Amino acid sequence: MNNIITKERLDIVLNGVIKENPVLVLLLGMCPSLAVTTNGVNGLGMGLSVLFVLCCSNVAVSLLKNFIPEQVRIPSYIVIIASFVTILGLFLKAYLPLLDKALGIYIPLIVVNCIILGRAEMFASKRNVMDSFMDAIGMGFGFTLALLIIGSIRELLGAGTWFGLTVTANFMEPMAIFMLAPGGFFVLGCLIAIVNGITRYRGKQPEKAGCEGCSACQGQTGEAE
Amino acid sequence: MKEMAFILTSMVLVDNLVLTKFLGICPFLGVSKKMDSALGMSYAVIAVMVLATAATWPIYNYLLAPFGLEYLETILFILVIAALVQMIEMGLKKYAPSLHKSLGVYLPLITTNCAVLGIAILNIDNGYSFVNSLVNAFGGGVGFLVALVLFSGVRRQIERSNIPLAFRGIPATMIAASILAMAFMGFTGIVEGMFL
Repeated sequence: MNNIITKERLDIVLNGVIKENPVLVLLLGMCPSLAVTTNGVNGLGMGLSVLFVLCCSNVAVSLLKNFIPEQVRIPSYIVIIASFVTILGLFLKAYLPLLDKALGIYIPLIVVNCIILGRAEMFASKRNVMDSFMDAIGMGFGFTLALLIIGSIRELLGAGTWFGLTVTANFMEPMAIFMLAPGGFFVLGCLIAIVNGITRYRGKQPEKAGCEGCSACQGQTGEAE
Repeated sequence: MKEMAFILTSMVLVDNLVLTKFLGICPFLGVSKKMDSALGMSYAVIAVMVLATAATWPIYNYLLAPFGLEYLETILFILVIAALVQMIEMGLKKYAPSLHKSLGVYLPLITTNCAVLGIAILNIDNGYSFVNSLVNAFGGGVGFLVALVLFSGVRRQIERSNIPLAFRGIPATMIAASILAMAFMGFTGIVEGMFL
């Protein structure tokens, strides 16, 4: 057991959850983190879905890295990811139809989630299977944590409930705007500002990110020229 | 005709892809710094969206649906879109080099743009006819253009103003986007009033 779970591997996991949190620090996967986080349950469901796809795709890419030719690696990764997303979609439809309905079109759109393609390109294609799996666990839980936080804040302020339980009924009127599109942008903007503030307070420069920080996009632009 | 006008206006104003459905947030934040690049990206998105719909709608309805292969939708659509973008790029390079120079950089980014795949899937989910699907794709693209161009103006003002350090960059942009989304909520109901 000792040689499978080493300190470096735990570091990889912690790195994904906190230091390089995909949503709040690296600013990847913004579309689902804004769209499905109208309540805590949906945020958690989306986070765990991405965690599943990320684990499977990172392991698969890492296992196949020596067989995939350099020139067609991005399309190959996309096919691998799309297969796991299809499996996930069928599973949700069969066993969790309510969640499937709530997440709707954003389940097939996990395919184009920058985090998954980015991790396949940046991490899994260069490292061994166990490291890649740990990286997927870290990044996936980081994503889940961020979505859970955003979803909880929006649900608390927007509906006065948390995971369906009434919380603020007596002292605060729910502000429905937080459940709608503007609230999503506002809450995520504030959370990123808080993270930026903490990073600055500790004397570091915030990460340069968004599409500019996504290596998959950069790799593709590079090839085009 | 009435239905087409209905779809078009609601996609541009009410169900704006970026501001109400949160599709294509990456390019929205990434290339809306300058008006020129916002326009270039949007033209490329409109073209790819319409062509992708023209390719994926027949594939789904004549190839997948008759054989009960609907579950292959995701895999096939993303591959078709990726191949299509690649072909458009090669075609432009050969036959319209000047256009390739201005739009070429944006094309590869579009493959991983969730708005394009999103529109292709939405058309199928909504059960639109072929022509209505094309109108829906065009409207979605125009909505993307409106959001990006409006926002590039907003961003120029943000960059000139003095905001708290922690909010500089993406956070301020998100909050501005929130206000713009709130403005677009004002269009709710306008389409029903216009056509019904």
